This record gives sequence, structure tokens and C-alpha cells, in this order.
Amino acid sequence: MLAFLIRRILQTIPTVLAVVLVIFVLFSVVPGSIVSSMGDDGRGPTDPQVVERMKKQLGLDDPVYIRFGSYISRLATGDFGTSFRTREPVTTMIAKRMWPTLQLIFAAMTFAIAIGVPLGFIAALRPGGFVDTVSMVVAVSGLSMAKFWLGLLLMYLFALKLGWLPSFGYGDGGLKYLILPAVTLGVSPMALLARTTRAAVLEIMTADFVRTARSKGMSETRVVKWHVLRNALVIILTTIGLQFGALMGQAVVVEKLFSWPGIGSLLVDSVLQRDIPTVQGSILVVVLFFLAVNTLIDVAYAVIDPRIRYA
Amino acid sequence: MMFKQIAIVAGLALALSAAAEAQTPRKGGTIRMTAPYGSSFTSMDIHTTQRAQDEIYAKALHRSLYIWNSVEGKPVLELAKEDIVSGGGLVHTFKLRDDAYFHHGRKMTADDIIWSYNRIMDGSKAYPGARFVRVIEGAAAVENGTAKEISGLKKIDDFTLEMKLTEKVDPGFYFFTALTSIYPADEAAKEGFLQKPIGLGPFKFVEHVPGSRVVLERWDKFYKPGKPYADKLIVSLMGEAAARDVAFRNKEIDTSVLGPAQYVAYQADPDLKGTIVEVAEVFTRYMGMNPAFKPFSDKRVRQAINHAIDTDLIIKKLVKGKAYRATSWLPLTSPFYDKTMKPYAFDPAKAKQLLADAGYPSGFEFEWTTSQNESWGLPIVEAIIPMLDKVGIKVKVKQVETAVLSEVIRKGDFQAYVYSQSTGPDPQAALKCFHSATPQSACNYMSFKNADFDKLIDEAGQTDDAAKRGQLLQKANALLYDEAPVWFFNYNKAVMAVQPWLKGIQLNATELTHQNVEDLWVDETSPAK
Repeated sequence: MLAFLIRRILQTIPTVLAVVLVIFVLFSVVPGSIVSSMGDDGRGPTDPQVVERMKKQLGLDDPVYIRFGSYISRLATGDFGTSFRTREPVTTMIAKRMWPTLQLIFAAMTFAIAIGVPLGFIAALRPGGFVDTVSMVVAVSGLSMAKFWLGLLLMYLFALKLGWLPSFGYGDGGLKYLILPAVTLGVSPMALLARTTRAAVLEIMTADFVRTARSKGMSETRVVKWHVLRNALVIILTTIGLQFGALMGQAVVVEKLFSWPGIGSLLVDSVLQRDIPTVQGSILVVVLFFLAVNTLIDVAYAVIDPRIRYA
Repeated sequence: MMFKQIAIVAGLALALSAAAEAQTPRKGGTIRMTAPYGSSFTSMDIHTTQRAQDEIYAKALHRSLYIWNSVEGKPVLELAKEDIVSGGGLVHTFKLRDDAYFHHGRKMTADDIIWSYNRIMDGSKAYPGARFVRVIEGAAAVENGTAKEISGLKKIDDFTLEMKLTEKVDPGFYFFTALTSIYPADEAAKEGFLQKPIGLGPFKFVEHVPGSRVVLERWDKFYKPGKPYADKLIVSLMGEAAARDVAFRNKEIDTSVLGPAQYVAYQADPDLKGTIVEVAEVFTRYMGMNPAFKPFSDKRVRQAINHAIDTDLIIKKLVKGKAYRATSWLPLTSPFYDKTMKPYAFDPAKAKQLLADAGYPSGFEFEWTTSQNESWGLPIVEAIIPMLDKVGIKVKVKQVETAVLSEVIRKGDFQAYVYSQSTGPDPQAALKCFHSATPQSACNYMSFKNADFDKLIDEAGQTDDAAKRGQLLQKANALLYDEAPVWFFNYNKAVMAVQPWLKGIQLNATELTHQNVEDLWVDETSPAK
């Protein structure tokens, strides 16, 4: 297992380098810069002298390869650079925004797992029944609903009409502020998990080893517990892992809508204002998070199903 | 004059505001404002950012030498009690307040102002406020690294400061924004200052949750007796208009800036109609035409464009009435706005005639660079295309991001563009953008050159007679109207919904969201008490 983990960590290095290169090149060719964004609200002419000084100070006049070389060498020492916009270290900014995003993602996944997995399971045990029909309608709706629209709908219902929850903000970080954004973010993975679980369970229920177990007189409860659940979990876990990573990207819309102070809203602001070091740092963190979650999922496979071994 | 203009513009809103002022302000409670311009606050170091968003919290936390007075429509002294002008209008001797305390308890002195202005001129940091401070003699030398201190600033004593300017301008227009806020000289240099900034404003810093909100609490030693009224101020970031609408209706926020669609909805709703306040902000929306593109070098073509577009229809149908028709460059709330000016009439026949006279009887084609902005971007351009087509002018649209648009404009890399530009509050600075000596990269985006115009601006800059300056600037503005380097579209009507329990809202023409928060108070019906 240790060898596997070391190998996986080593494998991430070229992936990370490729991501860094792509992001760097991408933001080197797109038009606009932090300097041009300074005057984009038309409040005052962008002072030409300040513009020239800023370009020099930020190294924006240097050729792309020089800037890339300097960035990579800093990155090797764990330095993500300094934000063009706030003039703070990027690592400090990301650190401040990481916790709210993690709160949001974990809450959303908890909601998705708590609702989606049982729903899919129950639906599969009674295919074609009432629960199955309802759960699949919920799943399809959940997958097709735009997050922005769903978020507004929830705000309207639970904040404005029922008055149960605040409609926006982080507040003191308490649960009541987390519920609406987490549900908005969690509905899509919940729907996906319900569908995946249903499909996995249905497939396993008709597998040879399940039929054999039943023919040997094993009770239905034991069949489900020892054969169906354990085998389905591998598939469910894969979906959970992939969704965990994906949610990091999807959180952008939800964070902006609910004024949630996470890394997603930091990324949007940084892209719009061409704060390249922060964009690079934020994307890198998202990628690393995705890779870390997938590695953890691989480890979990072995725990759940001892047949899976890592050479 | 200014008050009358604002009153006309604000209409009922001002009457409501005035009625509120007549009540006795209540002490206590929490004011919950919103920062509506999308992005997070850039920094807790307000010297580093010129965004409208950042100044919302900064006006509560910091103070500058001057402050904008919305009733008088001009900057007035804030950290000084008196300004004695000498040296042919170039030397200003400020008698500073001796009762202004920073939030850590120390009194502000002339040293703090000198330190702050020197900081802003640090060339290695490229602070955007340098464009204002550069008007002080010797400031440019500090920026270039050839001097360590601004020579034009002299401390006479702790509460007397002499400032020598390079141009005969009203320093109020240069030193009223938060970009030139005064920091405490000793503490601001320390690490950690930006995590817990110290200012001179009516509220002191409590907390900044990046991407979410800034929380401030009353500073009891604020120099205006009895102010601020509220105990606490929360400024929440709320970029999404629909989310802001829900929060406002749910009484979670006290202010909300409205877009065109919400403006219509709120006007139609009896419960919300009374919450609207509006003001003509000092921004002019226009289409700039590059004279290097041959047809636009002819004044008749530029005038034809102004006649070919049914501007009133666009303002009514697309901007939903959330704008005032532009009658030249200086906006409605400019001190030298000429109310006798009439806009170009919608007259396609005249436009065709002008085009024929200019040698374009069959029209021509041009590329129009635009952003996505709903009030002055792509939707407006798309509505104009068939209007111009009717007089033979074809348009090719080039869409870019707003941040890119400002770069395109600064570099002159366009045939035509549509934009919203600050045209105030200083009318002299706004018109000077069209002076031939002003580089395109500064604000002469149309590379406008006209000797008569230059002469008027130069004369206005030299005279000590305010009335004469006004006349000269009005003449320059009229000349600009006739030369039509732009299609004059509209002056922005800023609209904000304000909860009935929040009193004292000022109709700030420079930016409606920028409130002098010490004058705001909440009555006992506020849910935030």
C-alpha cells in the first residue's frame, strides 16, 4: 500500500506540471491584464504612469518564457507568488478561502450521500414501484436543474416565504447559513448517486454469485448486506470520489450566488481581474484536491473489497 | 445651483430623504449595506485599489483631506477646518482638525498626511492614487525615486500643513476619494496593519471575511459630535442582482442597487416603490469614434451617427428608463452642466444628407467593439445596428470582456467602441480629456484635436474667476457637442432600494453606493435593531 501511495504521489507531478503549463500559457494569450482591469468600471482614467510602473513591477513586460521560468522556480519552493490584485501571498489568500469551500463541499456530499444512496438502493430493491418512479423523477430533475436557478428557488422558498433560513452570506459559519448553499450544490450529485446506486444494485442483484447465495438458502437481508451492498459500494465510492472533485469546480456558481467566501468565488474574481498568480494557485489547489480525493478512493477500494490489490 | 439640479433629478426620492432628515436620529442599531459590483473587496489597503466596490467600506473606515458633500454637489474640507490659498492659487495652507483620532487612540497630525501621500507616491508600488497626489509639487520626483519626500508638502506645526501644487486646480477634487485616505504614519508601516486596518473614519474595523463581508463598529471618538449613530455597520458582498432582490425583500439587507429589470419591477410593486432612491451619477455612456478610421475623421459623419440613432427609444425600451439622455459630455449633476443644451434629434433623413455631403452617399461599414454590459454594451449595439443600417451604415460587432475593452480603448485599437466613463465630478478634468495634449492612453481615447477647444480649456485652467471658468467650460462642452467625437448616449441614473427604516441616505452623484455612513441611522423598526 505504501508503495502504491508513493507511486501515486509521484504520478501527480507530471499532471500538476501539465496543468501549470496549460494555465500559464492560456492566461498569457488571452487578452486583458490586471492593469487593464483596473479601469474597467470607468470610474477614472487608468493613469498611464501607474500602468507602466505596475507592468514593470509585476513583470508583465517580460517574455512569457521568463515569467514561466520564474513561476516554476518559485513553485518548486512552495511559493505560489503574490496576488496582483490584493498584493498578498497567494497561499494566504487560498488558505483563508479553503475552509469555507471544504465546509460547503462536505456538507453538499453529506446531503447527496445521505439522500441519494438510500434512495437508489430502495428504488432498486423494488424496481418499477412507487419509490423507484419517484426517485428517478427526482434524479432526472436534480441532474437537469441549473444550480443558479435552483439556488434562487430555494432562497425564495426557505428564506423569503417560510423565513426558516438566511438567504445569503457566511454569517458566523453556523449551520443555518450552510444549508441552502449545500443543498443547492448537493442536489446534482445526490441525483447522480441515486441513479448510479440503483443501476449498480440492480446489476448485482442479477449476478451469478447472488443467485448462488440465494440458492444456498441465504436470507435476503444477508444477501443484500454481504453481497449486494459490498459490491455496490465500490461503484458508489467511485461516483462519490469523482463528484467530490467535480464539486470543487461547481462550487463557483453557488458561492457567487450565496456570497459564500470560498475558493470558487476567489477564482471567478481573479479570472475577471486577470490576477494570474491567484488563478494559477487556485486551479492548482483544485487539481491537487481532485487527485488527493481519487487516491483516497483507491485506498478505500482495497479496504472494502479485499480482492482489489495494488501491485 | 447644484442642489436644484439634484432635486430635479431625484424628485420624490429627495423629498422622502429630506423628510427622514427632519426626524431625530436614533442612536444604536446595525446598518447592513451591500457591495453590489460582483467582485470581492480587493484589499483592506485602500491605497491599492480604485474600484467602486472597495470605497464602500473604506468610507466608513477611513477619511481623506476632503469629502464629497452630496447636497452641495462638491468636495468639502474634512480633515482640515480651513484652506488658505496664496501663491497665485498654487499654495494651500490647511488648518487641520485637532480632534481627529485614529482608531487606536492617537491624534492625527500633519505628519500622518505627509506620510500617507509619500506612501502613495512610492513608485515601486504603483499605487493608483498617485494620479491625484502627483499634482503636489515634488511628488513626481518621489515616484521616480529622485527624492525621498514630497517637496511641496511642508509641516508648519502639528496641525498646519502647507501644500504647493503644480497646477491651479481645486485640491478638493484630488483629495476626496478613499485612494488618498490618511493612514497613521507609525502603525501603517507595520506588518499586520492590513489584517486590522486603523483609520480615522466613524467606524473601526472588526472583521473581514474575504469574499463575504466587512464588519465595523462605532468609533466613539469620531470627531463629529454625536456621530456615527449606528453601533455597527456590515457591508456584504452581493454581486448577484436576483439574490440581492430576495435578501432585500426578506429584510436581510438595508440597501440594494437595482438594475434596469429590477427598476421596472420595483416601480410596479406598491410595497417596494417607496424604497427607491435615484440620482444622475457623473458617468456618461457613449460610442467613441476613432478619427484614424477615415469616415469618422469627418465631423458630418459623426453628427450623422448622432442623428441616425433613436436614443430616446433605446433608453426607454432597453435601459428601461434607468438613464438620462445625454446632451453633451458633462453630466446632469456637473456644476457646469448647461441645461439649455438639447440632444441631437432623431432624424434619419438628415443623417443621410450629412453622409452624402461627407462623400458617403451609400454609407460605409465599421467595426464596433463592445462588452456584454446590459446597460451600455452588446444589447444596445444590437438595437442600433438596424437604425444605422437604415442610413446605409453597416456594423460588424466585436465583443470583448470589460477588462479587455478598457485596454482596447487605452491603446486606440478600435474603429468604434461603446463605454461608460466617469465625467465628473471635476468638470475641468472631465473636459481636459479632450485636450490635444492629453495622451490617448490617459483619457483622450478619441485622440481629439481642436485648437479652439484647447484654448478654452487652457483659459479655464488659468483664470481665478470661478464664474468665468464656468462659462469657458460650458463653451468647451458645447464645442464638443458640435464636433461630436462620440455618439452621446446617456448619463447613468443610479438607482438604489433603501429599506424604510434606514434614514439619511445621500444622493451621491459620484457613486450612489458611497455613503458618508456617519449620517445614516436606523429607526426602531429595523430587524437588526
